[in-house]
Amino acid sequence: MGYLVAAYAVLWAISFGLVASIVLRQRKLEAELQAIREAVPSLTTADKG
Amino acid sequence: MKRRSDTWLVALSVVSAVLILAALYLALVGAPKAVMQSEIGPIVQRIIYFHIATAWVGFLAFFVTFLAGIAYLRTQARRWDIVALSSAEIGTMFMLGVLVSGSIWAKPAWGVWWVWDERLTISLIQFLVYVGYLMLRSAVDDPTRRARFAAVYGIVAFISVPINFIAIRLWRSQHPLMFGSEGGGLGPGMMFAFFFCLIAFTVWYVTLMGHRIRLERLHDDVEELKQRVIG
Repeated sequence: MGYLVAAYAVLWAISFGLVASIVLRQRKLEAELQAIREAVPSLTTADKG
Repeated sequence: MKRRSDTWLVALSVVSAVLILAALYLALVGAPKAVMQSEIGPIVQRIIYFHIATAWVGFLAFFVTFLAGIAYLRTQARRWDIVALSSAEIGTMFMLGVLVSGSIWAKPAWGVWWVWDERLTISLIQFLVYVGYLMLRSAVDDPTRRARFAAVYGIVAFISVPINFIAIRLWRSQHPLMFGSEGGGLGPGMMFAFFFCLIAFTVWYVTLMGHRIRLERLHDDVEELKQRVIG
């Protein structure tokens, strides 16, 4: 039983690790994107145009 | 403003979460006990459902990297490079899962965590080959050269998938053969759970691809904005 739990725990941990890595990187990039747009408002205007 | 693809991605995430939870239930509770009671017992044998589904996603991901590599070399379109990278990253993580869960299964089945059996050794080499793919990408600065090298590498690296698949058929490996000419290793009642897990993991892979591709597009947006600010 312990081996079964360990195997599934490892698979879940790897899956969550991958998801967490993607989400964290997305948030970091979104924050960076927002910071650039706030620093240079003309870019946002150009994007909307 | 949210893009329409974002809404689809959220919906797909919910669907795949439900499917994975249902697959977990089937694998641990719903599937019948093994018909052939091996020395490892019917409980540990339940590792098989997620172990094989994880391996399937790994192989599928490497196949997509292979196809995207060919498409990139033909079109030079950045979107194929994004697909190849995203799929290779996901596939590598799933192959890590296969190696670790297989090793945990090997301990009660064979009495050791690892044997240098053909299937296991090829799986380890395959994992390292795709770690190499990701390292190659981070080592090349020029985006065009990086994409071209990675496409060629991804195409060549794919040879490890058919070799891995036929390893246990060619060399009579210690690793059990689940589906072969001598009949499958699963009873009819277990087949449903098995294929349900395969489908659930495939949807999970598609969801992860959607998120990973979105991440890479965001990265491109940031880089483009930076260039515009500098320019």
